[in-house]
Amino acid sequence: MTRITYRDAVRSALREALASDSRVFLMGEDVGRYGGAYAVSRGLLEEFGPERIRDTPLSESAFLGAGIGAALGGMRPIVEVMTVNFSLLALDQVVNNAATLRHMSGGQLSVPLVVRMATGAGRQLAAQHSHSLEGWYAHIPGIRVLTPATVADAYGMLLAALREPDPVFIFEHALLYPVEGDFDPASGVADIAHAAVRRAGTEATVIAYGGSVGKALQAADQLAAAGVEVEVLDLRTLRPLDDETILTSVRKTRRAVIVDEAWRTGSLAAEVSARITEGAFYDLDAPVARVCSAEVPIPYAKHLEDAALPQPAGIVTTVRELLGTTRG
Amino acid sequence: MAATALSPAPLIERDHALTLLRGMLLIRRFEEKAAELYSAGNIHGFLHLYIGQEAIAVGALQALTPDDAIVATYREHGHALARGIPAGAVMAEMYGKASGCSRGHGGSMHLFDAGRRFYGGYAIVGGGLPIAVGLALADTLEQRARVTACFFGDGAVAEGEFHESLNLAALWKLPVLFLCENNRYAMGTALERHQSQTDLRAKAQSYNVPAEQVDGMDVLAVQEATRRAVDAVRHGGGPQFIEFLTYRFRAHSMYDPDLYRAKEEIARWKERDPISTFQARLREAGVVTEADVAQAEQEVATEIVAAVAFAEAAPWEPVENLLKDVCTGAPR
Ligand SMILES: Cc1ncc(C[n+]2csc(CCOP(=O)(O)OP(=O)(O)O)c2C)c(N)n1
Ligand SMILES: [Mg+2]
Repeated sequence: MTRITYRDAVRSALREALASDSRVFLMGEDVGRYGGAYAVSRGLLEEFGPERIRDTPLSESAFLGAGIGAALGGMRPIVEVMTVNFSLLALDQVVNNAATLRHMSGGQLSVPLVVRMATGAGRQLAAQHSHSLEGWYAHIPGIRVLTPATVADAYGMLLAALREPDPVFIFEHALLYPVEGDFDPASGVADIAHAAVRRAGTEATVIAYGGSVGKALQAADQLAAAGVEVEVLDLRTLRPLDDETILTSVRKTRRAVIVDEAWRTGSLAAEVSARITEGAFYDLDAPVARVCSAEVPIPYAKHLEDAALPQPAGIVTTVRELLGTTRG
Repeated sequence: MAATALSPAPLIERDHALTLLRGMLLIRRFEEKAAELYSAGNIHGFLHLYIGQEAIAVGALQALTPDDAIVATYREHGHALARGIPAGAVMAEMYGKASGCSRGHGGSMHLFDAGRRFYGGYAIVGGGLPIAVGLALADTLEQRARVTACFFGDGAVAEGEFHESLNLAALWKLPVLFLCENNRYAMGTALERHQSQTDLRAKAQSYNVPAEQVDGMDVLAVQEATRRAVDAVRHGGGPQFIEFLTYRFRAHSMYDPDLYRAKEEIARWKERDPISTFQARLREAGVVTEADVAQAEQEVATEIVAAVAFAEAAPWEPVENLLKDVCTGAPR
């Protein structure tokens, strides 16, 4: 076991995939000479050459669509979209082509494409560079949506994604890239079917994913210091959701708080909440609660941005309120 | 067999002439039947007829091998038939039957045949172009000498995906053949009303893509131009662009009352009907006889009767299969 950064974990998975399968190649804006906007692919151009580490023009729709076409043509493309904010220019290819081709062709076509992109806010980049739209992607049948929150998942989920015969979208929270974590170089392919309990607890379940998992764990620490033990669940995969693990935890703790950096209205948090009320309503001791971003374009100034995003303090307060509803 | 000179087109043999003629007739009669079946309530959804443009699909696909790939639009019955997808499978698809070439999941606008490398009809204008670029990228990376032919309309040329795709294909010298069927209208909007530059070649040339303009009503001209372009693409020359000047004789779709075109304009273009003009030329040059034409019509009619019977008799996809093939794993 060693400690490496999330960024290095993604790079290690890329390197391993490129080395072990000649069909794998990486393309996106500035993935080559520049080394990746988040330095994820630094050094890969030198190691694998420009045929397999391909710098693209600023043509999100064309290069994501070309990824679909190359997958149809038998390759295992990894497309890096610089950030989720720019992926909107390729959304047609995602929704209308990547997600539909298998079903619309009557099962004849397969699109084994992996798309990676950075997501999330928290770096004072203001409204156009701070989106968390992975919940939108999770709305779409025909694709899988992964949100690795740990170093181990950053590595193993990418390898797992490359084994899927269907399009897989991986959302890497930009604040996670420099974070260090435990890494077992022999860990291999990660399970992408299940959510994971990151901290066991009894009084409430805090459900989070991606960049919010760390905040949920911080909140759990603070609550534990005050004698309140909450369970922290990392969704890991947003589509398909692992209902079983969510419901098992909530049935045990009888209270749920969902943390989601996206806006509350129509969010993934809303979906998880609905599934809990559908599947565990009579096991609940309190209404399901949500901690989401404020319904505002994410502002630049630090104090405003902090106020707009979910924070550990807000999670703590929400858990306390939930407990209060049953403890008086 | 004696080759006969057709002025100004190149030499053509009787057998090949009949292949082209029969190919165009099949599309024409198939679509006339489809329109009838649509009105009778057997076919639903959007139905975009290709009538008037048959020379392009038939002529262009002559230049491709079974190893090459095709990406088309929602107006793709002609391309599917010219590629050899059985008329019954196409008709059954329009009926929404499980024996359709997309198991009834796609309908008229989404015909697929993976085995024939027919990568489908795309109904978002411009949406197929990036796919074609990617298919060609796969061939380049795997060092296969295959060509991907991508059909689209004049309307698509205004989409960002057209410009992104031509730039990318040219930048990476990918083996894509961009085939623009300029029928002068994007739904009801005439070319002059949707393009600041109506010479569409200029757009391709601005990306360093060699571009040619060809009479899309002349099947031999289409075939020759496409052969030249395919040859250049296959030999590593990067993408090529051909603009075919053509016209659709029918409305945009079955919903379109066709209020935006002058009757005289339609009539003028019908004088250049790709099928009747080709027949006349062949007859004049003595390549085929009246009996040959009658026989081709007869064969096509028989094929269409069989296709409709096949579609009528075909089973429906069981509703239990609704969620099958969304993803490979168990859908949730
Ligand atoms: C992106 C997009 N915008 C609008 C439409 C609606 N629409 C369908 S076909 C069409 C016209 C396309 O014209 P053209 O590309 O010239 O092809 P043609 O129909 O003439 O074959 C339009 C506007 C669409 N399908 N996709
Ligand atoms: Mg048109």
